[in-house]
Amino acid sequence: MSIDMQQFHTVFFDESQEHLEEMEQLLLDLDIENPDLEMLNSIFRAAHSIKGGSGIFGFDALGSVTHIMESLLDKIRKGQMAIVASMVDLFLNSVDQLKDILHCYRCGEEIDWAAVQRLSKELELVTAGKNSQQEELAEQQQGYGFFATPEVVTEEAFGFFDEPVADDSFGFFDDLPPISDAPANASSQTLASDAVFGFFEELLIPTQAPTTEHHSASENSPEKPSASIIDTRASSSPTPTNAVTDDEKIISLPDRAAAIKPAVSKQKQNEPATVESSSIRVDVAKVDQLINLVGEIVITQSMMNLLGKSLEGALAEKFQTVANELERNTREIQEAVMSIRMLPVSFVFNRFPRVVRDLSTKLGKQIDLLIEGGETELDKGLTEKLVDPLTHLVRNSIDHGIESAEVRRERGKNPTGTVLLRAAQQGGNIVISIRDDGGGLNRERILAKARENNIPISENPRDEEVWQLIFAPGFSTAAEVTDVSGRGVGMDVVKRNVQSLGGRIDIESRAGEGATFTIHLPLTLAIVDGMCVSVGSQTFIVPLVHIVESMQPSAADIKTLAANDQLLHVRNEYWPILPLHRVMQLDSQFTDASEGIVVLIETTKYRFALFVDALVGQQQVVIKSLEKHYKRVQGIAGATIMGDGSVALILDVESLALSVNDSVQMAAAG
Amino acid sequence: MEPAGTSVNIAQEYLTFTLGDENYAIDILTVKEIRGYESVTKIANAPPFIKGVINLRGDIVPIVDLRIKFDVGNVTYDEFTIVIVLHIHSRIVGIVVDGVSDVVSLDKEQLRPPPDFGVAFNSRYLLGLATVNEQMIILVDINELISSEELGLFDTPAATGASL
Repeated sequence: MSIDMQQFHTVFFDESQEHLEEMEQLLLDLDIENPDLEMLNSIFRAAHSIKGGSGIFGFDALGSVTHIMESLLDKIRKGQMAIVASMVDLFLNSVDQLKDILHCYRCGEEIDWAAVQRLSKELELVTAGKNSQQEELAEQQQGYGFFATPEVVTEEAFGFFDEPVADDSFGFFDDLPPISDAPANASSQTLASDAVFGFFEELLIPTQAPTTEHHSASENSPEKPSASIIDTRASSSPTPTNAVTDDEKIISLPDRAAAIKPAVSKQKQNEPATVESSSIRVDVAKVDQLINLVGEIVITQSMMNLLGKSLEGALAEKFQTVANELERNTREIQEAVMSIRMLPVSFVFNRFPRVVRDLSTKLGKQIDLLIEGGETELDKGLTEKLVDPLTHLVRNSIDHGIESAEVRRERGKNPTGTVLLRAAQQGGNIVISIRDDGGGLNRERILAKARENNIPISENPRDEEVWQLIFAPGFSTAAEVTDVSGRGVGMDVVKRNVQSLGGRIDIESRAGEGATFTIHLPLTLAIVDGMCVSVGSQTFIVPLVHIVESMQPSAADIKTLAANDQLLHVRNEYWPILPLHRVMQLDSQFTDASEGIVVLIETTKYRFALFVDALVGQQQVVIKSLEKHYKRVQGIAGATIMGDGSVALILDVESLALSVNDSVQMAAAG
Repeated sequence: MEPAGTSVNIAQEYLTFTLGDENYAIDILTVKEIRGYESVTKIANAPPFIKGVINLRGDIVPIVDLRIKFDVGNVTYDEFTIVIVLHIHSRIVGIVVDGVSDVVSLDKEQLRPPPDFGVAFNSRYLLGLATVNEQMIILVDINELISSEELGLFDTPAATGASL
């Protein structure tokens, strides 16, 4: 077969990455006391798939490590060896290393062979622990891991539809009909067992150890107590890849389900291409281009609607009907296209069981992590950027929030602390909350720390104001710096990250009961909620998150300072006035703030009153880059296209604030 | 003579336009489209020759009025005002000129070295001179001109080659 292997590398890397993630997930879910056979099988299959591919492409480091893992896993799932916690740790460690190795291959970097050897030794040691027969295998793999497979195959559990396919090729060849007579076996076996057990049977088959004779499989299966089969299914159902139980599901599942080969191979007999075509990998750039184009259609469509209004007579009515139809269609297209970029938030959440596990071990705390709403969908760009702030918050909750088991017992709480990660959609926002049932934030300590750091605080501040203090740069109340958290760089970064995504973060806390951090995010990165304001003939967009309120000030409240600077007196506070027409060098309708409108704006560092001609209205706008064809402009975050096709600039209030910097500081002092 | 820049090959096509009394030509492959002038959105802290930005089918495109930049022609905006939309180093820029004349085909032999002075453009941006129908045409290295620091359209003129 003369195929340029290069073209398959990317697919292999992507699939292996998914396999590794699946392995990690399964390892974390695994109940050591009572290991679920199907889970062990899935872990085994993931390792095996990676090994198969590495052999084909000559990625020896991957192949050798996964091979030993596979041997060990094989023993465990056959009950020749009992799984213990240290093995899970070792496997998790191996998964981490495999990810590193994969990364090295992907980027063409040098492989750390010493580490590979070390890991292999470690795994071999554990594998060799009981059975000398396995040592032979271990020796063979040193040579070239891949070819050792047939030995495994003969004694291995689920395998006869899996092996011929996986060994001959790798994932993307899966849908070729198996060359062997496996389909015939598979179908008769499945039919036979269906008659006995219904569709649960499919899960049973892989867990059995059939030989390549199909009747032996069906003879074996009744021996398995049916209760455990149902258990198997129930316990594995949280992992979607395990819950493949009927044909419909197989068709609708995304391609990672292809990792479950026994189930898939049944599908092969009927519709060889269905599984492959149920999901495709697409370059994000192509999706983004599509989103941009649809954005254009929406704008053009609204321009056309505007034009249609100037029509008259019977034609106008017909036109309106057609225009309405088009409007509905474009809106549906837009929603559909936007949904392509959406990923379930579980892509982020799924890494936290690991984080919590590692941290709680390190800190000697007992912590349960609960995850809710993992299916909530979020823009891909957002999910990626959420990882860091969320990790910070979760670490924070574990390190500072949850007390040690002794303290919890003393306080009459369950010694095992709980951290709840929850995502939900509320209107146009995604709300993600991290709740712990720990001690809550300590008001006195925060206030003391704030005074120590000379952070200005009002007298007798409300709780919410106190909590917001922890987002100040350099703020940490941790009694001592641990390597988990407490360097005081975390929370301000968290807040900045969340704000850069156009979101905000709230804290609720009760002493002794715990704290909740809530992050509100827009549904997608490309859209911002904005207030349209006009100055002269131009329209500007002020991001809504920064607006406190808008008002028409009375002349008496405006105090003029030297050098034309003005302050606005609102409820005993002075806000420096920033005339937008002056910053943007435009001719405005009004030059006196008492004639126009001021928009009170608050950023993390500054606050000021933006003086504009008028408020136009509130709307969601699509952010377009100004830098793509021009350059960065001070005070401008980007541009957007209004309904009439004209360009409106989106204000960057943080950098606008710099132009009033001096007066702001003066106001803060007064 | 060896013209500066690499864009001149044998018998290339050029778009000619007028600025004031002079005829200029640019490589037609850099031209994306020609359109009428429409109202722009002004940008703060920009030099007067950068008129602002327009919406070109979803792209926010800056408009440069070369008449203001080189102080030639009558700077008025009406339905006859022409914008040449250029595609330079994966960036899109519109330039306002007095009028678009023709597309001409020129080969190397027809090119004469540019003068050191006497035209509005700095000779750095000139590829040469040519005579077509007894009219002198000045060949402009439009890539060089648009990405020059003098125009200040992009943040780092040296890095404009990198696509965004």
